[in-house]
Amino acid sequence: MIAITQRHVHDAAVPPLAGDPPAADPPSPPPSKDDFQEELVIRPLHSGDIYASFQFRTVWDADFMGDQKVSHYRLFPKSLGQVITKFSVRELHISFTQGYWRTMQWGQPYLPSPPGAELWVWFQDTVTDVDGTWKELTNVLSGIFCASLNFIDSTNTVQPSASFKPLGIGNVTDHSFLRYATLPREIVCTENLTPWKKLLPCGSKAGLSVLLKSEKLFHSTFHSQAVHVRPVCQDPQCRTTSMELRQTLNVVFDLHTSGQGKREWSLFKMFSRTLTEACPLASSSKVYVDVTDNPQGEQFELSPATPLLTQAVVLGDRRTYSVYDLTQQASFGSSRSLNMLLRWKNSHNNVVPPVMLRPLLHSERYVAGYGLQAGEIHTLIYNHHPYRAFPVLLLSAVPWYLRLYIHTLTVSSKGKDNRPSYIHYQPSKDRERPHLLEMLLQLPPNSVTEVTVEFERALLKWTEYTPDPNHGFYVGSSVISALVPSVVAMDTNSTLDRPLFSSFFPCKEEASYFMRVYTEPLLVNLPTPDFSMPYNVICLTCTVVAVGYGSLYNLLTRTFQVDEPSPGLAKRIANVIRRFRGVPLL
Amino acid sequence: MAAPLALLLIVAVTIRAALFRTSLANLISERVEVVSPLNAWKRVVEGLALLDLDISPYSGDVFHETPMVIYLFHFLMDYAEITFMGAGVKFSSLHLVSQFRKQKFALEADRIPMDCLELIRSPTEMYYIPLKVAMFYLLNPFTIVSCVAKCTCGLNNAVIALFILSTMRGSALLSAIFLALATYQSIYPLTLCVPALLYLLQRLYIPVNVRRSSFWFYTLQYLFMFLGSLLVLICLSFFLLGSWDFLPAVYGFILSVPDLTPNIGLFWYFFAEMFDHFRLFFLCVFQINVFFYTLPLSIKLKEHPVFLIFMQIALIAIFKSYPTVGDLSLYMAFLPVWNHLYRFLRNIFLVSCVLLACSALFPVLWHLWIYAGSANSNFYYAITLLFSVAQILLVSDYFYAFLRREHHLTNGLYLKKKDGSEATLVLK
Repeated sequence: MIAITQRHVHDAAVPPLAGDPPAADPPSPPPSKDDFQEELVIRPLHSGDIYASFQFRTVWDADFMGDQKVSHYRLFPKSLGQVITKFSVRELHISFTQGYWRTMQWGQPYLPSPPGAELWVWFQDTVTDVDGTWKELTNVLSGIFCASLNFIDSTNTVQPSASFKPLGIGNVTDHSFLRYATLPREIVCTENLTPWKKLLPCGSKAGLSVLLKSEKLFHSTFHSQAVHVRPVCQDPQCRTTSMELRQTLNVVFDLHTSGQGKREWSLFKMFSRTLTEACPLASSSKVYVDVTDNPQGEQFELSPATPLLTQAVVLGDRRTYSVYDLTQQASFGSSRSLNMLLRWKNSHNNVVPPVMLRPLLHSERYVAGYGLQAGEIHTLIYNHHPYRAFPVLLLSAVPWYLRLYIHTLTVSSKGKDNRPSYIHYQPSKDRERPHLLEMLLQLPPNSVTEVTVEFERALLKWTEYTPDPNHGFYVGSSVISALVPSVVAMDTNSTLDRPLFSSFFPCKEEASYFMRVYTEPLLVNLPTPDFSMPYNVICLTCTVVAVGYGSLYNLLTRTFQVDEPSPGLAKRIANVIRRFRGVPLL
Repeated sequence: MAAPLALLLIVAVTIRAALFRTSLANLISERVEVVSPLNAWKRVVEGLALLDLDISPYSGDVFHETPMVIYLFHFLMDYAEITFMGAGVKFSSLHLVSQFRKQKFALEADRIPMDCLELIRSPTEMYYIPLKVAMFYLLNPFTIVSCVAKCTCGLNNAVIALFILSTMRGSALLSAIFLALATYQSIYPLTLCVPALLYLLQRLYIPVNVRRSSFWFYTLQYLFMFLGSLLVLICLSFFLLGSWDFLPAVYGFILSVPDLTPNIGLFWYFFAEMFDHFRLFFLCVFQINVFFYTLPLSIKLKEHPVFLIFMQIALIAIFKSYPTVGDLSLYMAFLPVWNHLYRFLRNIFLVSCVLLACSALFPVLWHLWIYAGSANSNFYYAITLLFSVAQILLVSDYFYAFLRREHHLTNGLYLKKKDGSEATLVLK
């Protein structure tokens, strides 16, 4: 393995340039340029927990949409590249999340994701059979990520009509090439982390990915790993495009379970590893620590100290970060390892802890009602902006076995009716497709908007229940997409060198930024038949039908006769003897 | 006659209007015994809401009414309660039922032995039958809850009542049209074609003989009218909504039973617990079971088509795929017409006790299963079975009594054995 690493290092020292005259092989095209960046952002949260967000970005100038077959893979993982070319995928976004992001306690995440597995794909317009391609794609991805994505079928796939616009380039309006599916019941574990790490150029051998050890990562409150593939522009005029692969991993460590109650975090405490070197294949490898709330070092102390300080506009706010550049040997110090430590000072010197900026958009969802016959789904969307109203797009995909009644849909803000300006509703078909409800709602400033819809629970066939039917059935998270007004001006120039965490969502205008919020998944109980009874039920019901048949058959085929009593045994024997003798019978 | 009927109507309308105003109306319209996925009012409103959103009501799986019903309620939405009350009141127009009885009396008067005179009903008795029929229908608690729940089976009942009325009057065209309307709404009234035909043939003194050309001529005429009206209705529905979506959503739904919502019938739990491999087979068996008794019954009862209509309606109400108590109330309304059979009924006490007990237990066990969680689906299913057995017993009891009365009418009431002692009749 060491030999392979060294060979890769050798290759990295001589990057192939497109302009060089090819020496040995004139006919083959020059290999495309690819670039790898990695970064880690550590953000202490107000509740005492700590949030670590890894991003690994590979940009490759290969043209996947063109005719030329892409065959020379270097930093871009071959398994993903082959999937993209085979299934004519324009954009692919897949995420695996364990836990639910608590927006009110932790603020907004850099990259939101719903609990369970979520997959949404934009296909290219050359695809003729999108549903068939989707089915094959989910099965192949299920193999690549060792996840049960093969449970994605038409009963949990929807085709949103307005949400989930492409995050890369492309002004596509034909949503028939978009598919979205979510598996809220999916569990994330080491089995999913290992193939995800294998997609990284350095694997888990060098750079930031050495920190990704599963025994610590899964001992957390929130864990989310995702893969995002999309085409991006190389220059501001967007003359050429390149394919970008971002692998992100967000993890939140809890103060009490991982931190033993002590508010002191270090890389070793979080990941049980320290950083020793940057990934040799990376052009940039940085660690950012959010020190906005700690301008003079009064809240916590960060060691080892670093002179590098940068500011970035992310999530509508200007934040300050201390930067550790792992490509500089000086970052590692004399011990050749970097273990940054954040130690909180005691608050006995009357320092008021800073108030967390209330997230502008926040939502909750719950099921109301009692019993197993009916219920109501309530979605609450909070707009905490003091004076600005903005529209949000709400997408809900409800499984078919909760029969929604759209005439009971009510949307109210501040106690008054709030009519959505756009509603797209696709009713479900039993055992074929789920309900899809998309609405464009205008949220008044500083208000709570409540969306209510009634549903009825269906009784399923006994084979359609999961092995633990009384656990309940999951309803996937609702998605709320919005352009939220931002406090500071956002940067619309997409090709400037910015930290990765601030450049994920495209920014089209300065006054607002794009945000996506996921609600809780719901767990709903359905009435169950008795699973031990199939044979008994068949017998008993057929008995009742047979009772009906029998009584009617009797009445139809028999006639009334006078009942002559049959003679006793002695008389019958005597009659037989008399018949032989030829004498009249008794 | 008019005054008691008017009083009855006023009482019935008052009860319904009073119940409409209370909160019980909402409670009753949620009950699974009263409404089914086919005819719930909530689903009609949902279908209309989908139509308002420019989505075809049949694109989802929540609306299973025919397009005519959508358009009827599109205009009558605000008057829905009055529509349902009117449908119930229509039933009382069955005062013409007495007419056929008089005709039968005239036919048979000279054929019966002398001692059977007590079996024949006097005209004074028959005078009150229409009022009793109206009372049995309008004041039946099943009918009242069905009307208050705004279940569209009330409309179906009204159409079947009109069909029976026009058949009694002898107008074949109207009878065919109403039968086509009833079949269009739910497939099962198709079996009523045969008794209607038998009645009309009897009325015109055409003997039911397959070798006679007049029989075939009339049969084909009637069938042509019936099928023609049915075709017209289906094509009209196509033009109303512009697509054939309603065919699988209405008829496919009734026949293939995809929705397993509990009701008072036998299908739901049977198909909830069915092995997938045998599902189609048992579906065919159960659906054929509804249509299967038509031919044998019509052969046996070819001289008594009115009783055949009663038997058919009862069998449909018991064995259809999504029965409700509204279907029950339809055939129970006819029981006063045969109250002269009372002396031959053997199980009437048992049957009525079981029916009352089951009606009381249905809501109790539903609550225990769905809300309290202390019972499971088997309890509700058991009551369903008991209810169906009681109804089957009721129907077969009336059939037995009818056949026995006919036997006595031909053979005399007080039968004696060979040695002169009193005889007992058995079915052999």
